[in-house]
Amino acid sequence: MIDILRRITREPLGMIGLVLVVLIVISALLAGVIAPYDPIELRIVDRLQGPSAAHLLGTDQLGRDLFSRVLYGGQVALKVALISIGAALGVGVLFGMIAGFGPRWLDNIIMLFFDTIRSFPTVMFALATVALVGPSLETVIAVIVVTTIPNYGRVVRTQTLSIRSNEFIKAERAMGASMVRILGVHVLPNVIGPLMILASMDIPTVIALEAGLSFLGMGVKPPTPSWGSILNDGYTLIRNTPWPIIAGSIPLVLITLGFTFLGESLRDLIDPKLRKNI
Amino acid sequence: MLFYLIKRLALGVVIVMLAVTLLFCMIHLVPGDPARILLGPRATPELIAGMSARMGLDQPLPIQILLFFGNLFRGDLGMDVITNRPVADMVFGQLPYTLWLIFTAIGFAMVIGIPLGCYSALHRNTLIDRVTGVLSVACITVPAFVVALYSLLIFAVTLNWFPAVGAGEQGNFWDQVRHIVLPALAIGLSWIGYLARLVRASMLEVMGENHIRTARAYGLPERVVVFRYALKLAVLPTVTVIGVGMGFLLSAALFTEIVFARPGIGKLIFDSITTRNYPVVMGSVLVSTVLFVISTTLSDLVNAWLDPRIRSSL
Repeated sequence: MIDILRRITREPLGMIGLVLVVLIVISALLAGVIAPYDPIELRIVDRLQGPSAAHLLGTDQLGRDLFSRVLYGGQVALKVALISIGAALGVGVLFGMIAGFGPRWLDNIIMLFFDTIRSFPTVMFALATVALVGPSLETVIAVIVVTTIPNYGRVVRTQTLSIRSNEFIKAERAMGASMVRILGVHVLPNVIGPLMILASMDIPTVIALEAGLSFLGMGVKPPTPSWGSILNDGYTLIRNTPWPIIAGSIPLVLITLGFTFLGESLRDLIDPKLRKNI
Repeated sequence: MLFYLIKRLALGVVIVMLAVTLLFCMIHLVPGDPARILLGPRATPELIAGMSARMGLDQPLPIQILLFFGNLFRGDLGMDVITNRPVADMVFGQLPYTLWLIFTAIGFAMVIGIPLGCYSALHRNTLIDRVTGVLSVACITVPAFVVALYSLLIFAVTLNWFPAVGAGEQGNFWDQVRHIVLPALAIGLSWIGYLARLVRASMLEVMGENHIRTARAYGLPERVVVFRYALKLAVLPTVTVIGVGMGFLLSAALFTEIVFARPGIGKLIFDSITTRNYPVVMGSVLVSTVLFVISTTLSDLVNAWLDPRIRSSL
């Protein structure tokens, strides 16, 4: 682990990615300490101000400090990314292994479901779900989990299929090992590397999706700050002030860039073979 | 080949049918009556019952699904409960706007992205190659709606070079072109990066192959080697990527249509969702899913047609 970290820091892009990610994660975690104002406190007197010493990124139409909102918005983005990717990984691994190791008919059914989920454009699927269930952070997380499961499931299935015909698995089976043992002890360690890389490269996509849905008013409910809802304010106020758009987009762009650079360096270091597929 | 074509088409139909069934089940499973939500809290039970009947929600779920498919085969996507217009008319009225936007964006991305990737591959590890590499990643990662917001802010609101809203006057080609520049840029930017990277990678692979070495050994000019023998093969993966990327393109188009208040299928879905107009949501999600399935199938077939190796393995 430390070795990987050292190798990443030797590459300029990996280093930039790491710095950006660490910077934004820390500032989101310490939002309560760093933020100069309460992110939902209204100060109508100070509305629509440009950047100043008192308000580093200016204020919005309700006089809320944009810098504080951006810091707290980071918490929402990271929470959504971690929970949804974690859950999708868990379910994806399970289904992928069942598809790869189970009977052929079950494999076909699972793959058909994966293909069906992937045939919905993600945002359309998200919007349809939100229309039915109503906007909330939980809905966003659920949609992301459902739409990303196939990404992991497919990788796990392919790996499982290629491992199951190996001699050592046959030997293990002959010795009477249970399926759970074979999957847990032999298959899982073989798929975990590529999965981690895929997951780290999915984080920026998920963060952007959350921001996008909140931008459409389909994600977090106001007044909870989210980068997407700050951008939505910016869109409404576009003829009055550019600052909400700038404030909302800077962390969003930086964190997506950071995770992408980091993910790519990780991939090149750990598994250069994957490069071809992406 | 014919068997493969039939198999792909059948799979496509199954996927679309499953997707529709899934949507129906979701509507059914969700707590709360859609008719009640649409009419608001002050609706009387009679009104709700009437609206349920109009939306076809008073039937049991399997019947609803069968009815939907039955109507679908007759080209009927149902009626919009608010304006009482056929959903098919609304969706197909908006679809050309979205397709025109998507194709312009992809065309724009191909014109810039492919030469950029080709140049990078031919000048591997030079400064320009590295800068292009980093810029490509940056282009890919920035979400389309952020690019849309910035292009609106800079080129429409501040500089006033391009119009900010709408799709332009009907029949006025130049006006429509002026209206499509910024939205196409917003969607196309990430594809420039994507195509540049893809073409660079596949170009590097192709350039190392035997037939290129042979072509060089024959003393063919570098221009012929690059364009006729290498690039022709190297652009193949872009066909697949664009086909599979249809889902991303539709999603990006949705955001862009909303930011620029352009008519299109994305805006139709968004508007029908905010008004809880389920028949329109169903119809437009169905059409975009079909579009997606068709484009992935087409890209597979085109790939098979272009690449004799794939063709012979079918």
